[in-house]
Amino acid sequence: MDENLLITMRDISKSFPGVKALNHAQFTLRKGEIHALMGENGAGKSTLIKVLTGVYSLDAGEIHVAGIDGPVVNHSTLEAQEKGIATVYQEVNLCPNLTVAENLFIGREPKTAIGTIDWRKMNKRAKDIMDGLDLHIDVTIALENYSLAIQQMIAIARAVDMDCKVLILDEPTSSLDDNEVEKLFKVMKDLKAKGVGIIFVTHFLEQVYAVCDTITVLRNGEFAGEYSVEEMPRVKLVAAMLGKDFDDLASIKKEGEAAVSDEVVVEAKGLSHKGKIKPFDFVIRKGEVVGVTGLLGSGRSEMVRCIYGADKAQTGTLKMNGKDLNIKEPLDAIKAGMGYLPDDRKADGCIGDLSVRENIILALQARNGMFKKIPVSKQNELADKFIEMLQIKTASRETPINQLSGGNQQKVILARWLCTHPDFLILDEPTRGIDIGTKTEFQKLALKFAEEEGMSIIFISSEIEEMLRTCTRMYVMRDGAQVGEISGEMTQESVMAAIAGGGE
Amino acid sequence: MEKIKEITKKPLFLPIICMILVLLINLIRSRSFFAISINNGVLYGRLIDILNRGSEIAILAVGQTLVVAVSAGTDISVGSVMSLSACSCCMLLAGYGNNSVTTLAVPMVVGMLFGVLMGGACGAFNGALVAKLKIQPMVATLILFTAARAIGLLLCNNQITYIRYDKYKYLGNFIPGCPIPTPVFVAGVVILVVALLLKKTALGLYIQSVGINSRAARISGINSDVICFACYLICGVCAGIAGIVASSRIYSADSNNIGLNFELDAILAVALGGNSLGGGKFNLAGSIIGAYTIQAITTTLLAMGVTTDTAPVYKAIIVVIIVVVQAPAFKAYLAARKAQSAHVKEAA
Repeated sequence: MDENLLITMRDISKSFPGVKALNHAQFTLRKGEIHALMGENGAGKSTLIKVLTGVYSLDAGEIHVAGIDGPVVNHSTLEAQEKGIATVYQEVNLCPNLTVAENLFIGREPKTAIGTIDWRKMNKRAKDIMDGLDLHIDVTIALENYSLAIQQMIAIARAVDMDCKVLILDEPTSSLDDNEVEKLFKVMKDLKAKGVGIIFVTHFLEQVYAVCDTITVLRNGEFAGEYSVEEMPRVKLVAAMLGKDFDDLASIKKEGEAAVSDEVVVEAKGLSHKGKIKPFDFVIRKGEVVGVTGLLGSGRSEMVRCIYGADKAQTGTLKMNGKDLNIKEPLDAIKAGMGYLPDDRKADGCIGDLSVRENIILALQARNGMFKKIPVSKQNELADKFIEMLQIKTASRETPINQLSGGNQQKVILARWLCTHPDFLILDEPTRGIDIGTKTEFQKLALKFAEEEGMSIIFISSEIEEMLRTCTRMYVMRDGAQVGEISGEMTQESVMAAIAGGGE
Repeated sequence: MEKIKEITKKPLFLPIICMILVLLINLIRSRSFFAISINNGVLYGRLIDILNRGSEIAILAVGQTLVVAVSAGTDISVGSVMSLSACSCCMLLAGYGNNSVTTLAVPMVVGMLFGVLMGGACGAFNGALVAKLKIQPMVATLILFTAARAIGLLLCNNQITYIRYDKYKYLGNFIPGCPIPTPVFVAGVVILVVALLLKKTALGLYIQSVGINSRAARISGINSDVICFACYLICGVCAGIAGIVASSRIYSADSNNIGLNFELDAILAVALGGNSLGGGKFNLAGSIIGAYTIQAITTTLLAMGVTTDTAPVYKAIIVVIIVVVQAPAFKAYLAARKAQSAHVKEAA
């Protein structure tokens, strides 16, 4: 094996029932390299990582790790760790009820002479580690007291402190803000200088160009190519991921205000939920796509949850199609003609073990009522229709939804709402954590439904560009309150200014 | 080979295999186990005995399956509730304070319905605690586990109340002219009603959705609390019915013994049926097969001359084996070993 190689994966294949997740995939990691692993949802990135770290067994192929003779098969993440391969997943997998220090040293606590845990030493070392990352936090309180971003940094710190040769970061940045991403990048560069190889899985192109040296692209479980970052312009990268000429995002254009009628569909006055969102007003017309913008935690999600009744409004009035609504439960909202795609797909969207079909018909069934069961033939018909229409990649309609990739799960949840033909559809972060191709699809779909079916849509996204492309108006949120509304000529700058609060 | 693999993946495969295994042991041991004869116009035999005695467990298992699926917890009060239901029924039929009657104070149907109703009330109480107040199922049902049996004893004025009225014995024994024990029909009707409810309405989908992800189910328009409550209610009604059957068997309300330890058999039946006690997806047929398997084990042990006091020891051993065989961790271990040996062969 070449001196510089840390990991070589050759001809890796892995199948799940009905799906070939990896088909002769290749991957090579060298010392002191930050290597981006890219591809659309379902391209096999996560599967490749999980095969490497021993979460899944591989069907065929060989993995070689520097310093070990012969092919390596890891049976568990622990085995992988012993070989110097550490992983930080998108979802933080630490213990929220333990302290930061305990989380950092779990399983390898410093011991005193008599074999008990040396708490002082442990806390001291934990503090040093966190200071090294420029995070000055109290390491003796429970992890759950910190934001997801800080938890993520702690997970990384833990991996780094274990003297790994290979660090795998599986979408670590999706919950971090720019500042935190910078910190993470600094850590990554330091590690790189020490000769650690880093595998970086992300959906953000900018980040790839900011820190990575090499890019491996997977497509449909196959190896599409390995490129050096310098010789790979963005357009070419996107084209490599999609396997076709990239349908330029800019080609999405909103139809302009002409398509929007004067007919008010939903009107809210003074809705609020104590401790979550202060009183706000809201109006949406037929066929209109409206955005809600603001920083993470500014009350964007809380506002729409309040309208939909996921959090019951405690004050204010809500009118839909001219009629007063009293929403006690989400079911009332559904019956009135609302739909809500929640931002937390895993916790609020998917019913994990149920099939794609059952997940699709769920809301329609709920609206019809328990005693009017949708006949199985009709269920199949609906499921097939939406699998076809939204191009959901699934082995069959009976496949459990948790076997689908993130973007396809999101499409199933969207199908759930389209089934009910809502007049008013709330899309809260529909594009989070999904690939560019699907992101574009979601934006197009939102515009299409607004235009062709006269659906009124709230579109929320952390990416301002996405909202600029789709929305005609935006409500601006800050610190749990509605602080304004912008419309007309909106640019990235004007929206950012509104979010930051300079424009008031 | 592929076909066999497919069959082994079916959810009912293991429960049925377990059942067959128990019967096979009996076949090897003594053929007389399978003998069925007609004495005095009714069917006799070990198999009939299993079907007959297993009825209460089967009825309880139906309710327990729903509770486990919806709340990832168990209702441990069902045995106690059986006793309360039997006592309420007998108290009403005999009149408070009488410990042995030959004529009924109220029509029999009224007494029995009252007993079932008491079961339903207990189920509603449990359901309210779990669904509305979000108390852990084990803790919530612990209240009635402790109290229900004692309330029954109070209702019967601290004594065993006998209903020496022939028709009262029908439900737990035989209806004249019919060779099949009545409890078999009762269990059949309960199973049929719940199975139809699951098939003809969307209740099954609702229960699974709530059991897997109650937050997402609520967002999708399912009233998670109501569904959870309903499952506990059904479970309570099932316990009520089982209590009446048990009471009719011995034409009395023996508060201390009716339904004793039945909650454990009911929970075991659910587990034996291949259902995850972690909630979510469930299989009613599996639980019912599980219930009769448990009864088959008990009957087999008694037939082998094991005393009722020591039977639990053997039962425990058998149950451990069955549960281990069904455990996902064990299946994964087998698969890993198989893969390894295949690998070794390939290398050689």
